[in-house]
Amino acid sequence: MPEAPQLDTVAKAAGSPDSPQPFAELGMKDDEYARVREILGRRPTSAELAIYSVMWSEHCSYKSSKVHLRQFAEKAPRNDALLVGMGENAGVVDVGDGYAVTFKIESHNHPSYVEPHQGAATGVGGIVRDILTMGARPVAVMDALRFGPLDAPDTRRVLPGVVSGISFYGNCLGLPNIGGELGFDSGYIGNPLVNALCVGVLRHEDIKLAQAPGPGNKVVLFGATTGPDGIGGASVLASATFDEESHAKRPSVQVGDPFLEKLLIECSLELFAADLVVGIQDLGAAGVSCATTELAAGGTGGMRIELDRVPLRDSRLTPEEILMSESQERMMAIVSPDKLSAFMDVCAKWDIVATVIGEVTDVTPEEAERGGRLVMTWHGETVVDMPPRTASDEGPVYERPIARPSDQDALQADTPDQLPRPANDAELRAQLLRVLAAPGIADPSWVTRQYDRYVLGNTVLATPHDGGMVRITDDGERGVALATDGNGRYTRLDPYTGTQLALAEAYRNVAATGARPHAVTNCLNFGSPEDPGVMWQFAEATRGLADGCRELGTPVTGGNVSFYNQTGSTAINPTPVIGVLGVIGDVRDRLTSAFPADIDDARLYLLGTTRDELGGSAWADVVHGHLGGLPPAVDLTAEAALGRVLSAGASLNVLAAAHDLSDGGLAIALAESALRGGVGCTVDLTGDPFVALFSESAARVIVAVAPTADAAFQETCDRHAVTATRIGSIGGDALRVRHATGGFEIPLTELRTAYESTLPSVLDGE
Amino acid sequence: MAARVGVVTFPGSLDDRDAARALRIAGAIPVALWHGDADLRGVDAVVLPGGFSYGDYLRCGAIARFAPIMSELVPAARSGRLPVLGICNGFQILCESHLLPGALTRNSSRHFICRDQLLRVESTATAWTGDYHTGQEILIPLKSGEGSYVADPATLDELERDGRVVARYAGAAPNGAQRDIAGITNEHGNVVGLMPHPEHAVEALTGPSVDGLGFFTSLLAHLAAGPVPAAATAR
Repeated sequence: MPEAPQLDTVAKAAGSPDSPQPFAELGMKDDEYARVREILGRRPTSAELAIYSVMWSEHCSYKSSKVHLRQFAEKAPRNDALLVGMGENAGVVDVGDGYAVTFKIESHNHPSYVEPHQGAATGVGGIVRDILTMGARPVAVMDALRFGPLDAPDTRRVLPGVVSGISFYGNCLGLPNIGGELGFDSGYIGNPLVNALCVGVLRHEDIKLAQAPGPGNKVVLFGATTGPDGIGGASVLASATFDEESHAKRPSVQVGDPFLEKLLIECSLELFAADLVVGIQDLGAAGVSCATTELAAGGTGGMRIELDRVPLRDSRLTPEEILMSESQERMMAIVSPDKLSAFMDVCAKWDIVATVIGEVTDVTPEEAERGGRLVMTWHGETVVDMPPRTASDEGPVYERPIARPSDQDALQADTPDQLPRPANDAELRAQLLRVLAAPGIADPSWVTRQYDRYVLGNTVLATPHDGGMVRITDDGERGVALATDGNGRYTRLDPYTGTQLALAEAYRNVAATGARPHAVTNCLNFGSPEDPGVMWQFAEATRGLADGCRELGTPVTGGNVSFYNQTGSTAINPTPVIGVLGVIGDVRDRLTSAFPADIDDARLYLLGTTRDELGGSAWADVVHGHLGGLPPAVDLTAEAALGRVLSAGASLNVLAAAHDLSDGGLAIALAESALRGGVGCTVDLTGDPFVALFSESAARVIVAVAPTADAAFQETCDRHAVTATRIGSIGGDALRVRHATGGFEIPLTELRTAYESTLPSVLDGE
Repeated sequence: MAARVGVVTFPGSLDDRDAARALRIAGAIPVALWHGDADLRGVDAVVLPGGFSYGDYLRCGAIARFAPIMSELVPAARSGRLPVLGICNGFQILCESHLLPGALTRNSSRHFICRDQLLRVESTATAWTGDYHTGQEILIPLKSGEGSYVADPATLDELERDGRVVARYAGAAPNGAQRDIAGITNEHGNVVGLMPHPEHAVEALTGPSVDGLGFFTSLLAHLAAGPVPAAATAR
């Protein structure tokens, strides 16, 4: 923030129209600044400039993505389960018996590079408050993480820091971490992806919305005091390209206090239960600016705030800094005057500081027409007088130029067909072990064992299974399952198909737990929107997701866009991370990915069709360092049918295990299921054994079936027109592969060593 | 009439609902106790649950020790009358309150560890372990960042000599705990501190086993046997 030696008031602004203002330093373009002057009919005060600069930042306004995100609503399939759609803090999905769940994923990429521990920690804190704000009790978190190469020196700075931040904050909040992703690629070395997901449970009647109706109602700020942390975070960190000076921006990263957030959760839930709030909003990016403008715009449009009443951690903060501060663990509530005393009592019980900082006001029809009227004073002097809707809802919208990257054709023409394939069984065997030990595929326990997966006592499935699952109440058997997936390599080759593959994989992962997929959230991680090539990737990806969701009948309920993920002019591979939520009527029916060791002669089936599809595959990457060609074809009809078989198979108890095929194909799925179950298998492959093992054709899972359930299983597959191919049997203490001209076997002990050694060998001692 | 067992909620307690659930499954009536009330509400026993009381600021359990509820709990526990089980953060609070000797320090790996942990029950002569047999191996979750038990050699020798080591980590202690100690008891056997979480191993659906249930059923059997101090009955 520039120095503000003297208070800049509305009166002063009107009298000094030509006074130069640092709008460019705050990330505003010339025409955006001109529009602010036009809205206000004068130059903005420095406090107003602070509000517009953060609210119109890419991070808060979605100005580059909005035109593309609209199709999620326009193409949304009809789904009666959706109680609250996009636009609120998070979507709400009916799960039956009067219960609903809300879930959302959000990025905290840039802060996590600058200060990995606090950056990742506050990412968890932010998404948890989003869920809490909907009126829900947060019940689980997941995280999708992507880093530079495992052995890169900076990865050894960033990865342990990010993991310790998530562990510190999530564990201390008492939320089980039930899964996620861990990926590595050289493109993420200066720009890790830290995407955090939270899911919460609520009763239908408890849904809270960000709104401030009722003139005379009080505006209460509660939670942490406001300090100088994170000032400019929204506009400087999230909306500008990374460069060498990033380390100098360290003070822009917020510092988290999970203990206070835990108290804030319990306090808020008690306030909700006693019906003491009319509207509520969490303070995340853009802090007080965002909460006041959004709450006001969602209500009468009128609000009066005495900024000098905001409790401060540092008494020297100026009005502009208070407006931009991103201090964590703060909430803003709208409370009717007759309930204020009870509200304050609950806050006192939880040792939460709560302060009335203003009230909801009426607006004239003319003011309403202009977008409402938000007035803020500082020790009696007016420093803000603006229509809040112009900041919260009417920010700039850009149709950014779009151009297919010039290297796209060459990239797609460089197919994996010319790569040398394993020539014999010894090479097949060696390459299987190599792919299994690759950092993005190997055992992630080094990371996940630092997360509490047990707390709250309702975790039914967690890492390493295909999706996480929690029981939503103690006294029932209803549950929700969640999975996140994304593959930047596929998306780089073809953003439309790649995004649908991410959706399909998350859908399949949820189905493989036995749950029925219902709704979608997304975290769209891309490079600079000012690069036409990146915008082409973004346009294709969003079109792919919207089309895919329509076809699968799973609406997008919310999400987050993260642009400017690049170092210098080099963008990351476009990485949309897709989260799918599913519902299961009886969690006791859940499926795991572990082969059953206790069923004699369990049969192993492959569901789906395998084609020669190795573009963007783990094999091409790990064995040849190659990225080219086209990703596997998408068949969403087949995915939906597969989902129905898995869901029916789980509820009819005809499946003993299910595991989806993705990175590394059948080879990796067999190895993982065998290791998780502690029992081997023997498979007989037809056709080219290399393609059978390493192809990444979509819409495939392996399932284990007890001999006694075989007839019912076949019938289930027939009913849903899914091809089931018997590929072998479960048993023994090795992975045995046989084919027409030979075969090989790998003892489980050898598989385990390959799978479990990779991360510890690099990260232990860090 | 079923036993009433208190579960104390401090600011930052996390596994309080889980402890209450485990007690319910075992057949007890869980009673919520609030840190700020100097009132045990006439309960028959108390569980101090896991979590990060007061954010674990200053030192794990160091602030909770001074909570009003502790002014009632400490004398009753010290006299041998009131059975108390401190799990994880609860164990840390018991040590800070000097109801148990020693301290819990940062894991040797310096990382938080969440894993299914095999324990060996070393003493069944407590209010909380009578349903197990000595040497029994049980599988329950361990989840903590500061779970490494330490004490001076004389104290460790005394604990061993008096049979007050309640459970040890089978194999090497994953957190560096001295003599692989996972749990200990006081001289009366009524106060037990345990680093791993038996309340998370009470349902096959959500835990690695149901081996943890024994701590809670043991308590009920102990209470049913009458008001004789545990040490006198079980040894």
